[in-house]
Amino acid sequence: MKRAADRIGIAAIAILGLGALIGVPHVVELFTLVDVAVYCILAILALSLAFVWGFGGILSFGQSAFFGLGGYAYALAVINMGESTVPILLGAIVPMLFAALLGYFMIYGRISDVYLAVITLTVSLIFYHLINSTAGPEYAIGRARLGGHNGIPGLPPINIPGNAAAQLDYAGTFRLSLGALLLVYFGLRALIASRFGRALVAIRENELRAELLGYDSRRYKLIAFVIGGGIAGFAGVLFASWGSFIGPGVFGIAFAAQIIIWILVGGLGTLAGAVLGTVLIQYLTTWLGQSKSVAALIGLAKIDTSLVLGAVLILFVLLVPSGVIPTLRKLWLGRRGASA
Amino acid sequence: MDYAAIFLIQVAYAIASLALISVGLAVIYGMMRVINFAHGEFLMLGGYAVILPVQAGVNIWIAMLVIAPVTVGAFGVVVERLVIRPLYGRVIDTVLATWGLSLLLIGLASAVLGYYQEGSKPPLGSVQIGAYRESGYTFFVIAVTLAIMAALYLGLKRTRFGLLARGTMQNPAMAAGLGVDTGRIYAATFGLGAALSGLAGGILAPISGVVPVIGATYIAKAFITVISGGATVLAGTASAAAMLGAVNQVVTFLATPVVGEVALLAAAIILLRLLPAGITGRLFRGGV
Amino acid sequence: MSAPILETRGLTKRFGGVPAVDGVDFKLGEGELRCLIGPNGAGKSTFFKMITGQLAPTAGTVLFRGADVTGEERHRLARHGIGIKTQVPSLFDGLDVRESLHLAARRFHGASDARRIVDAILAETHLDAVAGRKVGELAHGQRQWVELGMVLAREPLLLLLDEPTAGMTPDETRRTAALIARLRQRRAMIVVEHDMHFVRMIAEAVTVFHQGRILMEAPIGEVLRDARVREVYLGAHKDRHA
Repeated sequence: MKRAADRIGIAAIAILGLGALIGVPHVVELFTLVDVAVYCILAILALSLAFVWGFGGILSFGQSAFFGLGGYAYALAVINMGESTVPILLGAIVPMLFAALLGYFMIYGRISDVYLAVITLTVSLIFYHLINSTAGPEYAIGRARLGGHNGIPGLPPINIPGNAAAQLDYAGTFRLSLGALLLVYFGLRALIASRFGRALVAIRENELRAELLGYDSRRYKLIAFVIGGGIAGFAGVLFASWGSFIGPGVFGIAFAAQIIIWILVGGLGTLAGAVLGTVLIQYLTTWLGQSKSVAALIGLAKIDTSLVLGAVLILFVLLVPSGVIPTLRKLWLGRRGASA
Repeated sequence: MDYAAIFLIQVAYAIASLALISVGLAVIYGMMRVINFAHGEFLMLGGYAVILPVQAGVNIWIAMLVIAPVTVGAFGVVVERLVIRPLYGRVIDTVLATWGLSLLLIGLASAVLGYYQEGSKPPLGSVQIGAYRESGYTFFVIAVTLAIMAALYLGLKRTRFGLLARGTMQNPAMAAGLGVDTGRIYAATFGLGAALSGLAGGILAPISGVVPVIGATYIAKAFITVISGGATVLAGTASAAAMLGAVNQVVTFLATPVVGEVALLAAAIILLRLLPAGITGRLFRGGV
Repeated sequence: MSAPILETRGLTKRFGGVPAVDGVDFKLGEGELRCLIGPNGAGKSTFFKMITGQLAPTAGTVLFRGADVTGEERHRLARHGIGIKTQVPSLFDGLDVRESLHLAARRFHGASDARRIVDAILAETHLDAVAGRKVGELAHGQRQWVELGMVLAREPLLLLLDEPTAGMTPDETRRTAALIARLRQRRAMIVVEHDMHFVRMIAEAVTVFHQGRILMEAPIGEVLRDARVREVYLGAHKDRHA
């Protein structure tokens, strides 16, 4: 019965997704289209952490590092090359290589999960400091200046592979972002259902037992970490090309926290929750940031994003620790159980 | 020769400031196994607790050595009661809740205290060493860090509170059975850690100035130091600060401060590959 | 006796200078079932943890079919064909019984073979009725069998079982004894056990540990009659089977 419900859910998401892919650009305003595209891109980033943390049990609190690394790798490459195909690949490969290196030290060192959380976050913060210190003209790779805290502006949009002149317009960017989101979502679902994914979940459940059954837990976790790094990096590529800009803020602690909050709000251990959490929180912070009346209500000129995110995080940890989707699922099952 | 002296003073200062910004975090982690992600904001609050009274005419030493630790310590006791205690034993949730607190404090400080507060000029003038000048405040930071570490050692090792605290952290059920009010011990320990963070933030405020997001500049280094040190509060913080501070300062000398920070992180990660429980996980088991 | 499947030479573990296991030479033949017994603190659990890769020995070697496996990683021990059941059942509480067994079988077998193995184990361990239940929801005795089932799904050459009947009812213990009797026709086995009643049900040969060394190795009947064993073992457990 649960399987059947799952199948209906998957089919519904696939149909809605494809429908949106084709239809939405025809019906909504340009401004909304651009907004929805960035929701999709951030949701891909959220999925990368939902996979690594929720299914691999790896507390990568610095998933922002891979996102930023992907964005920067793409930006530097696309400025030098002018054509976006190879830079997109680099934007995924560079973070994967970095994740492999970092993951090797952490996972093969068998450091505890909290230590891993702190180290990954610290890595992201150090990137933040590092990039911020590269404002001078001497920090350049080829034709691309790193630009320090000003970031790298003026990135060209993604083009059709092989044809640098065929650049994506807003509708094209939207379709690419939503298409990528659907692809990553279904790709991760398939991965989790595969032999690899089952072993990964088993390792999360009980590492000792999985090893006694012959599974090399460290190898599985490292592979999951690298896959997550690649997806986050790819999201970073899309983000950089979406805004034609990448800056050090993506490495900062507030952005790193945001990714965690998306996952927690949606519900750890679900993929759909990550997407839902991203949309909810992004919408909430945007709305509250613009809403003068709510700000006036609590006596402030304007509502700081940190304030909202901090309050949401504390409230969820204390009151809704399992997140929205698992809580709704439990309520729904409970009610049906009671009526049956 | 003078150059060498300056270099050594700089290394000592790097080590001392690393220990100073980490010790409050280390007390809370070492004693309670709670990683306080709002540590950077405790330092930030300590900074405001110096700068604002000084602007109002209070003597800077009183603000720094009394007002900052007392205010932030009291705040820590409240935080322990409202946020930490409901989650005790849930390590990850505690991390997340304190991270939420961190964001909340940044948001509140931005809204209420404004985006920038000028650092006051460091007191104590400067000292001439051969052809070079070194700020007198550098020596003050080194001295005060040594004093804090010594006081903490005596406090944990020789006082009744230290004994009760260590007993409670070793075995809370047993301590409660012996009539110790473990809730109060937890609150006091967290308050002590917070007070030390407030003191550190206050001492550094005249050098660095205070902005709502200043915590982020300290937090990475403090995390690395505490994790590299392992679970033993003093020996861990001291040894990790010594090693990482030296690495940081030497690389800073050869390259830039940011590269120094990268080297510090790289050294810590390699160290953790070799000693996954931190330096003291292997070498100083069971000390303070 | 044929060439041993498992052998230890001078196996030693010291905790802060105090030897918990002191230079133990031990041999287990192909197809042999051996019970390790001894009072608490005799060193049998430490010995077991060293041969299962959970503790690194201070000195000495462990040989599996002549190859040195001392301090080998846990997943590599499984690859060699050693199946291990830990003292506290180590399970995947979030997975159901069939998923758990499948995961164990699938590591070293193809998909269709794995399904066949899982069905056979479900029948043999009487777990068919709860195949779809989450492991975390099962009763204690059933959890022990799930773990045993997972260990068997590898089709190991050597089975190492640490107190397989801990927490079981007398009836469950009898059924476990019957299961072990069936299993032992196909493979070598070492069972660490407190419960002498259970040992008498399954064992022919017994190794008695005392103060970190092997006190004696003999058939069960002989061991039970031995005066030294009665003194060290039964003396420490006057309430049991005196």
